[in-house]
Amino acid sequence: MTALAALICRDVRIAFRVGGGALIGVLFFLTVVVLMPFALGPDLALLTRLGPAILWLGALLASLLTLDRLFAADHEDGSLDLIVMGRMPLELACAAKALAHWLAAGLPLVIATPVLGLLLNLDATATSAVALTLLAGTPALTFTGMIGAALAVTLHRGGLLLAVLVLPLSIPVLIFGVAASQGAIIEPLSFGAPFSILCALSLVSFVIGPFAAAASLRYGLD
Amino acid sequence: MRLSGRDISCVRGGREVFSGLDFEAASGEALAVVGPNGSGKTSLLRLIAGLLTPSRGSVHLEGGEAELTLPEQSHYLGHRDAIKPALSVAENLWFWRDFLGGTVFNPAETLAVVELDHAARLPAAFLSAGQRRRLSIARLMAVRRPIWLLDEPTNALDASGQIMFTTLMGDHLARGGLIIAATHAPLGVAARSLRIGEAT
Repeated sequence: MTALAALICRDVRIAFRVGGGALIGVLFFLTVVVLMPFALGPDLALLTRLGPAILWLGALLASLLTLDRLFAADHEDGSLDLIVMGRMPLELACAAKALAHWLAAGLPLVIATPVLGLLLNLDATATSAVALTLLAGTPALTFTGMIGAALAVTLHRGGLLLAVLVLPLSIPVLIFGVAASQGAIIEPLSFGAPFSILCALSLVSFVIGPFAAAASLRYGLD
Repeated sequence: MRLSGRDISCVRGGREVFSGLDFEAASGEALAVVGPNGSGKTSLLRLIAGLLTPSRGSVHLEGGEAELTLPEQSHYLGHRDAIKPALSVAENLWFWRDFLGGTVFNPAETLAVVELDHAARLPAAFLSAGQRRRLSIARLMAVRRPIWLLDEPTNALDASGQIMFTTLMGDHLARGGLIIAATHAPLGVAARSLRIGEAT
């Protein structure tokens, strides 16, 4: 197995084992979405209108929940030292870790979306639109969040700091994610333009995230 | 192969840990770094491993593989053992073998060398401190690297473990390897010692 595949496999495997974070995010997502109808009341039209926004907020918060462990776990047990010393460029290792984190924590959110859409009175079109935007947008959340995770790696309990650092970066993703979902549901609004921007945000984060995270790991590690 | 450091100074947290340090080690040689607690033994090893940058001076490697940097040709065995409790003993070792680019490797054989073959499928969370150290040592066996940077390598090892590790270090030196070890206990192999942090 190549070093890259080994790193991805290991992180995914750990996430799905006992104590891993993979399902915590989905459970949190479920909790947020299940509670919304109780808070908003039984107004079905209102739920439908707010549905995409609620799903996006839930997914955003759920993906932040496990992000602080992205590098902190490896830092605490010394694995990060060996990864930094390794022959694989640190940028590539960061990208691999983020990809593994997305596979374990981001993709399950996308898969859970159709089920949770039912709770918010969304029809099939709306649910699939939200799922599609989440599929395009959650990688951006992970890859920008990785920068915050790398900055907060040496801090114990850096989770809250991470949220404060990362949230401003995720606002554009949230705006265009919700806008694209609304565009698919409500007739005069456009789906293509915000969705293209959302994809662009993801692609930009693929490039910037690993380099920024690797730079801050190199600087912050001692 | 020759590893040398010239006039190295290290500053941690605004405090100078050591300064003006020179050292030299060649293939087949072991260098034991000795000194009181807090004298900078770990810092020196991390500095050679490229995990810290010296505030002055530099470390040079002559005669290694030209395409690889010093950290890429080194094994670092630190206090923290880089073992994931959620993975089994064999999975931990497999991962480091794959990640560090080991080629020839029979997991059962390597685990037998460190007397962990009976626990190969056990989650690493259940290992004792000594067993974790043995698993870290198995990493040195799974991937061949010419330079070993060892930080208190025999910590937590029992008597038979220490003998086993002494043998492994002897084999490594006989193959032309190079060992730099921070230690309080005698290393067990012929080693020159480098004293740091003592009043001069």
